[in-house]
Amino acid sequence: MSDVSIALNRFGLGGRAGDAPPQAPKRWLLDQFGAFEARPVALAQLPSTAAIAADLAHYLTDVRMQRREMRRAAPETMADPDPDAAPMRDPAQQARAFARRQGREVYSAAVGARAAAALDTPAPFVERLVHFWANHFAVSADKLTVTGLVGAFEFDAIRPHVLGRFADMLQAVERHPAMLLYLDQAQSVGPDSVAGKLVRRRRPDRALGLNENLAREILELHTLGVRTGYDQNDVTEFARALTGWTVAGLGNGPGARLAGVGDAPGSFVFAERLHEPGTRTILGRAYAQEAGEGQAAAVLDSLALHPATARHVATKLARHFAGDEPPASLVAKLEAAFLRTGGDLPSLYRVLVEAPECWVAAPVKFRTPWEWSLAAFRALGTREVPTQGVTNLVNQLGQPIWRPGSPAGYDDIAASWAGPDALMRRVEAAERMAQRTRNLVDARARAAELFPDALSEGTAQAIARAESPGQGLALLLVAPEFLRR
Amino acid sequence: MITRRTLMAAGGAALLASPLGGTMLFAAAPTARRFVFLIQRGAADGLGIVAPVGDPAFASQRGVLAEDFADAPKLDAMFALHPALAGVAALYRAGEARFVHAVASPYRERSHFDGQNVLETGGTAAYRLRDGWLNRLLSLLPAQQARAISISAAVPMALRGAEDVASYAPSALPDASDDLLARVASLYEGDAQLHAAWESATATRMLTSDLAADNGRNAAATGALAARLLAAENGARIAMIETGGWDTHAQQRGRLAAQLRGLDSLVGALKQGLGPLWSETMVLVATEFGRTVKVNGTGGTDHGTASVAMLLGGAVDGGRVTADWPGLGDAALFEGRDLRPTLGIDSLFGGAVAGHFGLDPARTMATLFPDSRAGATDGLVRA
Repeated sequence: MSDVSIALNRFGLGGRAGDAPPQAPKRWLLDQFGAFEARPVALAQLPSTAAIAADLAHYLTDVRMQRREMRRAAPETMADPDPDAAPMRDPAQQARAFARRQGREVYSAAVGARAAAALDTPAPFVERLVHFWANHFAVSADKLTVTGLVGAFEFDAIRPHVLGRFADMLQAVERHPAMLLYLDQAQSVGPDSVAGKLVRRRRPDRALGLNENLAREILELHTLGVRTGYDQNDVTEFARALTGWTVAGLGNGPGARLAGVGDAPGSFVFAERLHEPGTRTILGRAYAQEAGEGQAAAVLDSLALHPATARHVATKLARHFAGDEPPASLVAKLEAAFLRTGGDLPSLYRVLVEAPECWVAAPVKFRTPWEWSLAAFRALGTREVPTQGVTNLVNQLGQPIWRPGSPAGYDDIAASWAGPDALMRRVEAAERMAQRTRNLVDARARAAELFPDALSEGTAQAIARAESPGQGLALLLVAPEFLRR
Repeated sequence: MITRRTLMAAGGAALLASPLGGTMLFAAAPTARRFVFLIQRGAADGLGIVAPVGDPAFASQRGVLAEDFADAPKLDAMFALHPALAGVAALYRAGEARFVHAVASPYRERSHFDGQNVLETGGTAAYRLRDGWLNRLLSLLPAQQARAISISAAVPMALRGAEDVASYAPSALPDASDDLLARVASLYEGDAQLHAAWESATATRMLTSDLAADNGRNAAATGALAARLLAAENGARIAMIETGGWDTHAQQRGRLAAQLRGLDSLVGALKQGLGPLWSETMVLVATEFGRTVKVNGTGGTDHGTASVAMLLGGAVDGGRVTADWPGLGDAALFEGRDLRPTLGIDSLFGGAVAGHFGLDPARTMATLFPDSRAGATDGLVRA
């Protein structure tokens, strides 16, 4: 690969039909820090987080009322109060209707807006970094209460901080309703909090207490990384510190009054009455109880600057830009920059742009389905894509957006994406996309434009010998240089 | 040359069994054994699947989660099966289901991803081994039986390694034209990674293109699909099915029941689809680790240690539960919170596949679990 081709494909999202190739590749990448838009036009028309959360709040209220009635009618079939589980009879229908609304109207629109932003952007390197961080802090639309909020999560908690400090992104991410709901933090109650004690007294049979899911994943996935010296006690202590961090307005009635979470639906709230009192000790450091919301915030700030976090983030960034087995030299440089600057993200990106490890001529990464789809749209000059079309395409290619199936996010290695069936699907998708261009694009010229000084002889020949312009384009989209970056 | 299209036109897989198909395929022994590894990703709650209702501490430790077992079918004096597993209960009564409890891999931390890596590689710690135990199993089998497929778009860790395996998941995309497929084949000729993947993809599509109508979205369709891939005379002998959704941190009762209903219908569809081959089949169901014994503050359970594994199928010596039961009293728990493991999952896996495929147990253990010193569990397969 030539340097221009590396800048376009490895750092960027693939060349775009009609764009002149950058003259000075490194300058072009660095200049994008000034050109990036945190809230581009494509995102402006989406429903607000408050509106999505209000719909969610209405739905949860309905479910709760239905259940109360059913309990009254038949107390022995006490329904399980989980919004995610399929409730019986009428609530099931409601859940389906709600899921359809949030799925089709909100989730798909957000996927479409994400694609549109990436196709239209003057800063494809930074857009790539947005996708990287959203995957690092993965939430999943598979959870019904999260489906509508996943887009807002990336747009509100990731985008504004992608060129800021890691600590600020971390704080924003862990306060976002999508994260609080996805990792069950919203329902976690301190056993000795005001609310915890009250409920225990009134309803000793009622399960109400700590949930350690978010605390564990923050340590394992978001900051320090797995096997980095924390233990079960640190997880539990951190979970206690996090109690009270919840989402407003998703409950109502006496429960919400008790917890003090009756504000506008969807906003982050610190509910003092859910917070476990006491000093917490995490990784050997004590955090005073007086801090309230600040107790967990202080833990996050320490974690954000921890050497293990620096190493974890450095490794993932190096893997994303320099290969599945990240070069130790690059990890060390990124780690040092992280520690030196206190997690200033543009400083890390500068290291990437300057590092020779990121500019090796042979391709270092196999494009994920999302990367491949964007690159294909850009190659074909598509600026506007039907929202449901993008959603369906990436679903079929095996990487549904914001649905990674686990809080670890999607794997960033070829073994996850280069399987036989996955390859066949790309060929099928490529043929269909190429057919839509109605033979109006000359794939030979387009190939040279997308991979300046970097097109292989074999690919050029295969395209030239194609039986139609459309078939030539399909071959370009599945050529080895197009599948990798 | 038989193209994919003509195969499809003539009825797909059915044709493969015909004399015409036979010219390009090797004959399979009609009694070749089938093996399915079904992984439950997310740490399935063994205590909520096969419940030790006879343990005096069970009801008080499990609280609301114990209520599912009020009228659940009893397996023996100690254990009852979750009522959502009605089909599996019938298998148990027919002697075709065996449960192995308080079982765990050597992994003792509580990270899903590390836990799954250990479960799938067969190592003693995460990322110590680079390939999967199911892939290494292939090296022990005669070529005729050493054909494996993962029912997923990407090959999972357990099946990755030196031996070639196929992967397949139903696709709603239209099939690409034969001409394009041929040109892609020559485009990839000089590229080792893409060439190998493409060969496998086209071979698998040959076999399964008529299955694309199944969208695989529900569990029964996945079971039926697996059955078709395994039943075809020249099809796979080993399949891996990935299931997710077992990470029940909150409101476990409803969720686990729904998961188990799905598992039950998957197994039912698999049995039905395999027909007489079911008697030659073993399905191994396992998870990376179990969940806490006590219910957490949100009606769920957090990450734990030991869990339950299942062996299902006509080849299984079933109708019983294997457990050296450690007890659920507070003092008996692992690290004060989890079901204590009393059997290594490597012993179970090694014993199951060695028995099923008639392999030497010691050699099987050494190949599948090179760092383990445990022996293979005996007596899991019908004599």
